[in-house]
Amino acid sequence: MPPTLQSLLIVFGVLAAALTVAAALIYVERRLLALWQDRYGPNRAGPFGLLQVVADMIKIFLKEDWIPPFADKPVFILAPAVIIIAVLMSFAIIPFAPNIAVVELNIGLLFFLAMSSMGVYSVVLAGWSSNSKYSLMGALRAAAQMLSYEVFMGLSLMGVVAMAGSFSLRDIVEAQRGLWFCLPQFLGFIIFLIAGFAETHRIPFDLPEAEAELVAGFHSEYSGIKFGMFFVGEYLGITLISAMIVTLFWGGWLGPWLPPAVWFFLKTFIFIAGFVLVRAAFPRPRYDQLMSFGWKIMLPLSLANLLVTGAVLLFTGK
Amino acid sequence: MLSLLKGIGVILRHTFHRRETIQYPEEKPKLPPRWRGRIILSRDPDGAERCVACYLCAAVCPVDCISLQAAEDETGRRYPEFFRINFSRCIFCGLCEEACPTYAIQLTPDFEMAEYERQNLVYEKEDLLIDGLGKYPGYNFYKVAGLEIGSKKKGEAENEAPPVDVRSLLP
Repeated sequence: MPPTLQSLLIVFGVLAAALTVAAALIYVERRLLALWQDRYGPNRAGPFGLLQVVADMIKIFLKEDWIPPFADKPVFILAPAVIIIAVLMSFAIIPFAPNIAVVELNIGLLFFLAMSSMGVYSVVLAGWSSNSKYSLMGALRAAAQMLSYEVFMGLSLMGVVAMAGSFSLRDIVEAQRGLWFCLPQFLGFIIFLIAGFAETHRIPFDLPEAEAELVAGFHSEYSGIKFGMFFVGEYLGITLISAMIVTLFWGGWLGPWLPPAVWFFLKTFIFIAGFVLVRAAFPRPRYDQLMSFGWKIMLPLSLANLLVTGAVLLFTGK
Repeated sequence: MLSLLKGIGVILRHTFHRRETIQYPEEKPKLPPRWRGRIILSRDPDGAERCVACYLCAAVCPVDCISLQAAEDETGRRYPEFFRINFSRCIFCGLCEEACPTYAIQLTPDFEMAEYERQNLVYEKEDLLIDGLGKYPGYNFYKVAGLEIGSKKKGEAENEAPPVDVRSLLP
């Protein structure tokens, strides 16, 4: 196979896989939530309700795409695209298997962090351009929350970088051949997991879209396919964070017997299910609790983690 | 913090719990016999209408969904000329059943009355009247009421003493 064709296949394969998984998550999340709440969830359309995804997509594509007259139109249209683009760009650096990755960036991890910061713009712009009080409140919360959680999201990963000695995700996975980083970097894993919840603004960190007090937060004014893009963007974010957790802490594609890509998808799915499980179990904290938790507990913990990792690496002389 | 982790454990255990959902159209829920569903008009054991058109049900109805018109046959028996229940208004509170002095109007364990057109939810007397006794077998209002109708004179009802002649001094 010529290399150009191969890379084209990988690019479109990754794109299709990411979007398919995100769309399927609409169904998976509803079924899993139902399972944990002793219900069935959507089980009418097609076998096991699988066609519910198609029904949902047809519905969301055909809905009236209404732009409120008081909105800032160009920004209003741009905002949902930003989150999809930012998240899909991050998928480019994830190594799904030893030879399946869109690009081999030697600063892959930094690229991921930069792209997840770009996601904040989407939320803020959406809330700002909507010109409505609930949207603005949601956007303010989202901005404050994502900025403060990004600080230690990056710091929690530095332990991994120090142990692997590289920012390249492929090198990080290869460095886990002996021992997956979830054990030596357990604290880093927990911190990254929590920051991941905040980055994707999922329960318990879904204050930007707290429907109890803010209608739907930053996407209150959105309808039709633009709302759908935020929706899919959230699921893409979950998939991305799960894939990153697997890559950075749970050995990526490493695993016995099964092919590498299968291992990767299995592990990723477990973490996606974890996201849904947390949604089924957790309440939503108050906003000041969220912020003080981030700055007073998570940030010192991640700094301590980095310090201890550095000291251990220094004294063992690796 | 620990309680949150415990909560996750509890939720995870629910993976193996029985699902509470009743798969409705295939699997019907078991309704209790006193379920307040579709309203019917019952008949007495002789097969005549129980309703005496006293208007109590229409008066007590909080949403005014019952309308009827009283009439009287040649024997002096009252009956509703028409009896109409607008089920698009009815809230199935059961007050009409409580108010009914003759057990005529009754609520039944049936809720499957969805219609595509609102007008189809207006039930006339022929839709409401059933051929049975409903929940109260053996009860016949005119057999126990001290009212003179047709062949039944005063004092001929069940458990009714003959009328006292107030103008006679004889015991």
